[in-house]
Amino acid sequence: MNKLTKIFCWLSGLVISLVLISILGDIILNSLESFNLTFLYQVPMSAGRRGGIYPIIISTLLITGISTLVTVPIGTLCAIYLSRHYPSTLVFKKFIKRMIQVLSGVPSIVFGLFGNAIFCTFFGLGFSILSGALTLSCMCLPLFITSVEEGVSSIPDEVIHTTHSLGFSLYTTFKSIVLPLAIPSILSGLVLSVGRALAETAALIFTSGYVDRFPESLLDSGRALSVHIYDLAMNVPGGDQNAYKSSMVLIGLILIINSVFNIIAKIISKEGQLYE
Amino acid sequence: MYQYFLNRRDLYIKILLGASGFICSLCVILIFLFLLKESFLVITGQELSLFFQKSWFPLEGQFNLIPILIASVLLTFGSIFLALPLGLLTAILERFFLKGLFKIIFRRIIEIYTGIPSVIFGFWGLMKLVPFINDFHPPGQSLLSGILILSLMIFPIISLNIMASVEMSPKHFYRVSESLGISRATYIWKILLPSLKGQIFSSSLLAIGRALGETMAVLMVCGNIVQVPGHLFDPVRSLTANIALEMSYATGEHRSALFLSGLVLFLLTLFLYMLSSFAEVERNE
Repeated sequence: MNKLTKIFCWLSGLVISLVLISILGDIILNSLESFNLTFLYQVPMSAGRRGGIYPIIISTLLITGISTLVTVPIGTLCAIYLSRHYPSTLVFKKFIKRMIQVLSGVPSIVFGLFGNAIFCTFFGLGFSILSGALTLSCMCLPLFITSVEEGVSSIPDEVIHTTHSLGFSLYTTFKSIVLPLAIPSILSGLVLSVGRALAETAALIFTSGYVDRFPESLLDSGRALSVHIYDLAMNVPGGDQNAYKSSMVLIGLILIINSVFNIIAKIISKEGQLYE
Repeated sequence: MYQYFLNRRDLYIKILLGASGFICSLCVILIFLFLLKESFLVITGQELSLFFQKSWFPLEGQFNLIPILIASVLLTFGSIFLALPLGLLTAILERFFLKGLFKIIFRRIIEIYTGIPSVIFGFWGLMKLVPFINDFHPPGQSLLSGILILSLMIFPIISLNIMASVEMSPKHFYRVSESLGISRATYIWKILLPSLKGQIFSSSLLAIGRALGETMAVLMVCGNIVQVPGHLFDPVRSLTANIALEMSYATGEHRSALFLSGLVLFLLTLFLYMLSSFAEVERNE
């Protein structure tokens, strides 16, 4: 029994490590064969078989950026509202918490349908970067809120008690105590939601569209990087090489954004120690 | 609760906070309402005949969701059947058999799995796994490849959850069982895992929800033929893949039927959420 457990554990560990090496190695090796930097600033030609991915990177960054711009303020406010330090009626708070838990379990394709029905059709935005970004921000909200709420709720009681004893108003407490202390958790929530937004495909197919031209305005359709990979792999025969390269760019983008935010978080938390 | 000194600025802040909380909860209600509104056409037009038609032939106005639903359920349960042992074993490996640097590296490996976009899983499956299965039993795009890819995508959820709850579980059981001379395997299987039943159940529900809602990977490796699969090597089409494939050209009743399948997905995830919150209530009592 002891040995059997050990053998099976090591076996499963070995299998998943090998599979990960296979996934990453396959993508890196195949894309390094013909990778050069011109791939990043050329327009795609013949449905993406040749040429680069410049407009696609721009649309991806636009979609992710706008969705983050919408997510961060609403999500931060909502998280502060939900945290245990904010005085409000418990029933309403509980209701919102439950709704956010439900929202975090909704499949991405359902978000895609919803975005298509409300932003593209009902609000008349059509297939556009804006409607794709708004759909994504609905999707990233629960992830962001849970992370920030945890951070705000972990602010020690003494800090809040001190603000009470000093007679701070709600606004001052909010602006100069809670918000600065919540910044590290906001950053970690940002990393999570940006990662999810970059990786998302299903919600974007019918909201931000397929067009691989350079987007002229926010109401223009733009193709995200993940949609591009899907399209090259499934619908374009002979697009494998570029699909590999785009996959590597996507993974690289996620890694870069992750590490940049981590570095910022480290710097900020170091500065935060000065005040303590 | 303390009474704050309120001036006009505070009132604005209060309203702002309440409003943003309201917007977040509004999202769920709006999703439900819009899915209902868009699928109204097919619900009222077809009545109960919806589930007794021949199959899914959208061009002939036949919208039988049953074969697609069965495929989705098979994919989900197949993948959880593989992912649950995989998640448990990897969590045990990380907690009990690895030390120092290897432990950190192994944990990073599992965390990287959660960060890989689903489209890349699908792409890898299409380029490597499908040809591999094709060697044994053509066509490679099949229920089996879907199950394998899905279980790779969902096992980290279970694994990371179990790791966290093992870490938080009381340590004195371990010390007592060590002092009684109970072997490590007996401790793991007879004492530790039974005490974590609730956590295992709720993380499996999370994983099931993820598998049910997964679109891109399933779409790319499953072959997308509407049928009730006879065996593991038959191509299938899941509920999510069906929406992604046909939404671009669907109009009228067809579009409405796709929204209905979205509504079914939404209600299924709602059901899973309710199940997990009931389990949590029971555990706390």
